[in-house]
Amino acid sequence: MRKSMKLGLGAVLALTVGAGAALADNIKIAYIDPLSGPFASTGSNGLTQYQFAAERLVNEAGGVLDGQMFEIVPFDNKVSPKESLIQLQVAIDQGIRYIAQGNSSGVAHALTEAIDKHNRRNPDSRVLFLNYSAVDPALTNDDCNFWHFRFDANADIKMDALTDVIAKNDAIKKVYVIGQDYSFGKAVAAATVRFLGEKRPDIEIVGNELHPIGKVKDFTPYARKIVAAESDAVITGNWGADMLNLGKSLVENDFAGPVYTYYAAGSGITAAIGESGKGTIRLVAQGQINPPPSEEAAEYYRAFEAKYPDGNVDQSRITNVIGMLAEAIKTAGSATDVVAVGKALEGMEYDDLWGGKVYMRPQDHQLIQDVHIHVHTDEGLTFDYDKSGFGVLVEDTIEMAGMDSPTTCKMKRP
Amino acid sequence: MDLILVNLIDGLVTGLLLFMLSAGLTLIFSMMGVLNFAHASFYMLGAYFAYQVSVYLGFWMGLLIAPPAVGLVGAMIERYGLRRVHQYGHVPELIFTFGLALLIEEAVQFIWGKDQIAYNIPEVLQFTAFSIAGNSIPAYKVFMIFISVAIFLALLFVLTRTRVGMIIQAALSYPRTVEALGHNVPLIFMGVFGVGTGLAGVAGVIAGPVLSTFPGMAVVLGSIVFVTIVIGGLGSLWGALVASLLIGWITTFAKSYNLRMEDLLTGIGFSRPEPIWDSAWADLWTLTSPQIADILPYLLMILILAFRPYGLFGKRDV
Repeated sequence: MRKSMKLGLGAVLALTVGAGAALADNIKIAYIDPLSGPFASTGSNGLTQYQFAAERLVNEAGGVLDGQMFEIVPFDNKVSPKESLIQLQVAIDQGIRYIAQGNSSGVAHALTEAIDKHNRRNPDSRVLFLNYSAVDPALTNDDCNFWHFRFDANADIKMDALTDVIAKNDAIKKVYVIGQDYSFGKAVAAATVRFLGEKRPDIEIVGNELHPIGKVKDFTPYARKIVAAESDAVITGNWGADMLNLGKSLVENDFAGPVYTYYAAGSGITAAIGESGKGTIRLVAQGQINPPPSEEAAEYYRAFEAKYPDGNVDQSRITNVIGMLAEAIKTAGSATDVVAVGKALEGMEYDDLWGGKVYMRPQDHQLIQDVHIHVHTDEGLTFDYDKSGFGVLVEDTIEMAGMDSPTTCKMKRP
Repeated sequence: MDLILVNLIDGLVTGLLLFMLSAGLTLIFSMMGVLNFAHASFYMLGAYFAYQVSVYLGFWMGLLIAPPAVGLVGAMIERYGLRRVHQYGHVPELIFTFGLALLIEEAVQFIWGKDQIAYNIPEVLQFTAFSIAGNSIPAYKVFMIFISVAIFLALLFVLTRTRVGMIIQAALSYPRTVEALGHNVPLIFMGVFGVGTGLAGVAGVIAGPVLSTFPGMAVVLGSIVFVTIVIGGLGSLWGALVASLLIGWITTFAKSYNLRMEDLLTGIGFSRPEPIWDSAWADLWTLTSPQIADILPYLLMILILAFRPYGLFGKRDV
C-alpha cells in the first residue's frame, strides 16, 4: 500500500513541480512503459529504479552542467506499440528529449522507427531513445539507427554467454526452448538453435515452441510436454506473469533440471517462486547483486531499500543509463543538442556500479558488459528480492560478453 | 494414451475453474438480463481477500472467509449501486459494471501494489497425489476438482430441489407474478448477485495459488468467461458447465499436441509454397496449435454465434 501511495504522491509532486516554471530547466526523461495491466509490476518497478538512480547518481551530486536536475516523467503505454507512439508524441510535445523504454521489443521496434522518422523531419526537436531492456537483436542490427542506444545485453549476447555455460555441463543432453510469440521470443529461439548447434552439436533440441504473450492462463500442458520430452534443461525468454506461471508449472510438475531464464527475478516473481524453485531457476543477466561487487554498490542498494522497502534493484542496468547519460551530457556541454550527446555516448567507457567496465560499441550502439549466470536461492545472499529471503546469486560470469559479436548495423550518422 | 488421460485431467481442472466463474455470471445474467463486466474482478478480489486472510490465519480460513466476504461486497454493490442504476435500463447497468471492473482493479493495485503476491498452495497439499506414466498430478489439482464438483452439485440441488431454488427460478422468468405472491424479489436479486459473485470469489481463492495472484488476473480471465457463457447459452447452468469443460479440453489438447497448420493444409490438398519465408502465407503455414491454443475458444464462439446464436443450451438469442 505504501508504495502505491508513494507513487501517487510522487506523481502529484512531479506535476506540481513540473508546473513551476522556475524548474523548467530540468532534464526530463520520458519513461514509456506499462504502468497498468498484466505487466504493470515490471513497469512500475522500473520506474522507481529510474527515479532513485536519477536522484542518487545525478541530483544529489548537484545535477549536470550548471545544476540541471534529472526528472523522470512516467507515461503508461500498456505494452501496446500503438499506445506507445501516442505517448511518444505527447512526450515530444512536452519538449522531452530523452525517451526510456524497455518492456517488449515489439514496442521498442515501433518507438525506434517513429523516433528515426521524427528526428529526420524535425531537426529542432530531436530525441534519443534509451532502450534499457528490449533485447531483440534486430534493434542493433538490421533495424539500428543513430538515435537508439541499448543498455542491456541483447538476446544473442545473453544466449552466447548462456550456451557457454551449458556447453560446459555434460549432464545436459536435451534442451527445450519455449517463449512468447513475438519478435523477442523468436529471437531467443533462433539464437538457442544457432549457438547450441555451434558449441554442442550433440545436444538435442527436443522442443521449440512459442505461446501467445500475456494470454496463457495455465502453463500445465506446456510443462507436461517439457517433462514428457525428458528434457534436461529449459531455456525461456519469458517475462512478467508468463515467466512466473511457466516457472511455477514446471516446478509443480516435478521438472528438476535447470530452467535458464532471462527475467525470472524481482517484481514478485522471486517471492512467488520461493522455495520450490531453489537451485532450479537460473537467470542470465548483467549486474551482480549477490555477492555485492563493491561497498559502493552495497551502499546504493541499502539506500534504495531504505527508500523503497517493497522494491528491488532488479534492473541494475538502469544506473548505467542514468550515469552514462549524465556523463554524455557533461561531455557534450548541452542537454538539448542530442546529436552531440549521442556522439558522446558512442564509444563511451563507464565504470559499472555493479562491477566491471561497460563499453558502448559505436558500430551498433550495443552496450558491451559482463553477463552473469545467477541462481535462484536463499543461501549466501546479501540482498534478497521481494523481502522473501530468496534472491539471485552469481554462479558464473562471462566478461565483456559479445565484445566481438558481429553486427549487420549500417548506421547513418547525422 | 497415458498422456491423453493426463491431459483430460488437466483440462478438467481448467474447465471446472472456468465453470465456477461462468456459473455465477450466467445466473446473474438470467436474473437481471445484464452482463456483469466486473465478474472477473470479483474473482480477483477472492484471491486477494484469501491471501490477506491466509497471512494471518492460514489458507483454510482464507477459503472459508474470503468467498462470503466477496459475496457480501457483491450483494452490497447490487443493493446500493446496481439496483439504483437498474431503473434506467440495461445500458447504464452495463456501463456501471464496466466502471466497477476498472475501480476494483485500481483499488487492488492501491492496496496490495502492482507486484505478484506470494499467495501459495498450503503445505498440506504440496505433494503428488498420483502419477500417470511419469506425469505427476499434484494433490492441489485433485482438491480443485473436488471443490468445484461439490459446488456444482450444491448449486444444482439448491436450484432444482429446494423451495428457495423454485422461487429463484420463478423470479427469473416471472418477477412480477412472484412479487404479487408476496415474495421479496429485490431481496432475491440481491441474494443471487451475492452468491454469483461469491462463486467467483471461490474460484479466485483456489485459482490464485496456481494461476498467480496479480492485479492483471481479472483481465486475463475476463473475456474468456464471457466466451464461455455465450458458447454455453446465456442463462443456462448446464450450458456453462459443458462450455467450460469444452474450452478447458480444447485449450489443453491444443497446447499438448503440436498440430501443425502445414499438415492440415497439405491434407486438404494445398501444396506448400517454396521457399516458405518468401510466401505471403508464411505465417499461416508455420502456425502450430500451441501458438493459438488460447485463442481457439474465441474462434469457437464466432462459429457458435454464426450457426447457433442462442448457444449450446441457451433458450434465448444473444
